[in-house]
This record gives sequence, C-alpha cells and structure tokens, in this order.
Amino acid sequence: MDTGFFYVLFQTLLDVAPVVILFGFFQIFIIKKSIPNPKKVLLGIIFVIIGLTLFLIGLEMALFPIGDIMAEQLSSPSFIKNSGFSPESWKAYYWVYIFAFSIGFATTIAEPSLIAVAFKANQISGGKIGEKSLRITVAFGVALSLAVGTFRIITGTPLYMYILVGYVIVIIQTIFAPKHIIALAYDSGGVTTSTVTVPIVAALGLGLASVIPGRNPALDGFGLIAFASLFPIIAVLGYGQFLEIIIWFTKNKKHEV
Amino acid sequence: MDVLPIILVVAFFQLVVLKQPFPNLENVLIGGLLVIVGLMLFVEGLEIGLFPIGESMADALARKGSLYLLLTFAFALGFSTTIAEPALIAVANKAAEISSAAGTIPNNPEAIADYAFGLRISVALSVGFSIVIGVFRILKGWPIYILIIGGYIMVMVMTIFAPKEIIGLAYDAGGVTTSTITVPLVTALGVGLASIIKGRNPLVDGFGLIAFASLMPMVFVMAYGMLIY
Repeated sequence: MDTGFFYVLFQTLLDVAPVVILFGFFQIFIIKKSIPNPKKVLLGIIFVIIGLTLFLIGLEMALFPIGDIMAEQLSSPSFIKNSGFSPESWKAYYWVYIFAFSIGFATTIAEPSLIAVAFKANQISGGKIGEKSLRITVAFGVALSLAVGTFRIITGTPLYMYILVGYVIVIIQTIFAPKHIIALAYDSGGVTTSTVTVPIVAALGLGLASVIPGRNPALDGFGLIAFASLFPIIAVLGYGQFLEIIIWFTKNKKHEV
Repeated sequence: MDVLPIILVVAFFQLVVLKQPFPNLENVLIGGLLVIVGLMLFVEGLEIGLFPIGESMADALARKGSLYLLLTFAFALGFSTTIAEPALIAVANKAAEISSAAGTIPNNPEAIADYAFGLRISVALSVGFSIVIGVFRILKGWPIYILIIGGYIMVMVMTIFAPKEIIGLAYDAGGVTTSTITVPLVTALGVGLASIIKGRNPLVDGFGLIAFASLMPMVFVMAYGMLIY
C-alpha cells in the first residue's frame, strides 16, 4: 500500500466525505439553523482527518510490514521445527498464540474507535466507568479472542461452534450483568475491530491458513475478526459483574464494622 | 502511552523470539511518533468536532419532533458511512474472488465486480436498517438485549442454511462495518437522543447502536450468499 501523505489523506477524506455531505445536507435544508461554534467544529473535523491520516501512515511504517512478516515467520515450518513438538500438534504453535494474544492487546489499546467510546462512557457515567480500565478490559478480550482464534485455525475446528458457544455465554451473562453495562458491552464488540486491528488480524489469519497443511484460506482464514467482536462483549460484561461484586463486598464490610 | 504496548510486542518478538535484527529501526521510530501525534489530534478533534456535531444533530432532530426525519437521518447515516468503508470494499472483493474461484459466479471481471458491489449494497442496507431500528429502540425504551438476542438467533438460524464458504466471511463482515469516523458519530447520536428524551438513561439506552450495526451485516451477507450460491 502507498504510504504517501497525500494518498492517505485522500483515502481518509473519501472515508469522511459521505458523513460531511449528509450532515451538511441536513443542517442546511432540514434543520436550517447554524451549528454552535462552527469554527471550532470545523477545526475539530480537520484535527480528526489529519490525526487519522498521521496515525495510519505511522502504523503503515512501524507496524504493518513487521506484523505481516512476523505472522509468516512464526508459522513457518523451519521455526515450528525448533519448538520441540511435532509440527502436526497444535502445541508446536505456542509462539503463534502468544503473538496473537499480545498483538491483539497492544493494537486494541491504540484503537481510536475504542478511545472514542471509552471517553463517552466515562463522561456520561460520571467517571464510574473508568476510561483506562474499560480499554484494558476490551483489549484483554481481543487478546484472548485472537489466541483462541488462531488455535481454531490451527486445529481446523469449525468456526460456528465457537461463535454459538460465545453467544450462549453472552446471553447468560446478560441475565446477570448490571443493567447499565449491557449496552456498552455490546458496543465494545463492534468498536474493537477497525483501523488498527483488522489489517494485522486479517494478515495473521490468512497467513496461518495458507501455511498450515490441510487448511483452506477461504474457509479457515476468516473468522478472527468475528472472534474479536465477540470476546470483548464477554470481557466487558464480566467487568461490570466484577465491579458489582466489589461494591456489594465493600457494602457488606461496612455493615460489619 | 497508547502505542507503548505495540512497540514492546514488536520488539520482543523480533529480538527475543525470532532473533532477528530490527529492519528499518528509524522507520519504526518515526512511525511510532506519527501514531502518537495522530492519536492526540484525533482525540482533540473528537471532543471539539465530532461529538458536538453528532449531539447537536440529535438534539435538533429530536426537537423538530418528526419521527420520519429522524429515521431518515438514521438510515442515511448508516448507509452512507458503510458504502464507502474501505475495509468493507476489501472484504467484498475478497468474497467475489472466492466465489468466482469456486465457480458459483462466472469467472470474468464484470461478474466479480457485480458480485462485490451487490455485497457492499446489502451490507450498507443492513447497517442503515440497523441504525433505524436502534434509534427506534431508544425512542421506545426497549431493552437492548431483546434486539441483540433476537439478532443472535437470526445469525444462528442463518448459519444452518447458509453455504459453508460464506459463513466465515459473513461473521467478519459484522466487524468491519463500523469505521473510526462512524463510531463517534453514531455514539454521539445515540447518547444525545437518550439524554434529550425524558425517561431515558444515556448509559442504559444511549449505547447499543453500534452493536446492532455489527450484528445485522452477518445476517444480510449470509442471505446474500444463499441467493447467489
């Protein structure tokens, strides 16, 4: 991919254009009122566009090339031979799981969409939901999902089984989780997989599926993103339940004193 | 702070596990710096730009009192941001390649382009549709889990009937539809609406739009697969 500043800027502008047209149209023809602080808002939009452009160029320079090569090297037959396990065993790929886990965690911490949602959640919950702790929880969920996802590709077990089990867990958790965390938890699933995570994860999945004998990239290479949208829901619901337990516990302790 | 984990992971695997020298160390350092500056600008821009326009639009539309206008806006927001989404274009093209290789569509560029475009339209329609339903939910105050669990059941049922080749792709399509620009705007719209309407709690009712928008594309892509194969 081209990493020239103007090329990436143009791509980002293309991404933003429909939104600007839509908001402009509604603002001018339907609302017929000017927005408060138009200059500040315009400045904000320019910040977002330039910020995303720099962000993408930076990732393209620093992470994507190495990420691709790493995914390839970690699953290459010569590297697997040194693992001490037979290449047919899923255990031989332990570095792949560790890599998937750590890269999932690291990229999610830097995910702009998640920063946006965590910021808003912190704001409207009056600080009750910590921005950092929400992001760490979600990142942990993505990390786990990628480790399990690579395990699935390596073992060749069917994707839908995992997804269905995940859904059942989410449904059960929904029954017990505090009401205020539910919508946020569901949203956390959707925001984890955008700018940063998708390219790395897609490269990892398709790379693994093409290296491991007997895997078909079309059938087995996909699905990592789906995992990465499911596990954070479970993680955030769990986080909500955990907070609830802590509150309950401290309350009970106070009663004792 | 935000980028430190990435640098640590990459350095650890490159130097300790793979035992290879760092290629283009200066590229990595400059790239890391750009990522940090970019994120700072992005967050600043969110606060003074994207969140305020999303919320003022929610406020203005709610005050107008026209359900029709609000839902039209919701649909247009979902549809327009998805149809141009680069990640979706990439996934759609990939899907078209796979189906032409499998022989389900003719192996010529025109048929492949048609297929990819059809896929993009069906995903964009599904996102527009889910934002409409999601906004309607906020207005009515339905609990979010009804929609989500309903969506899960649809996904499960569709999985049984959909062709095997499309399932992994369909599951992934849910994740790629919500871009970095869409998420803050949709969040601001939902939270803005839930703060204005009496009896709604922004935390309980305001979130959830994105969740539904990542669920429906799975159903639509599997349906599209069933039509084509």
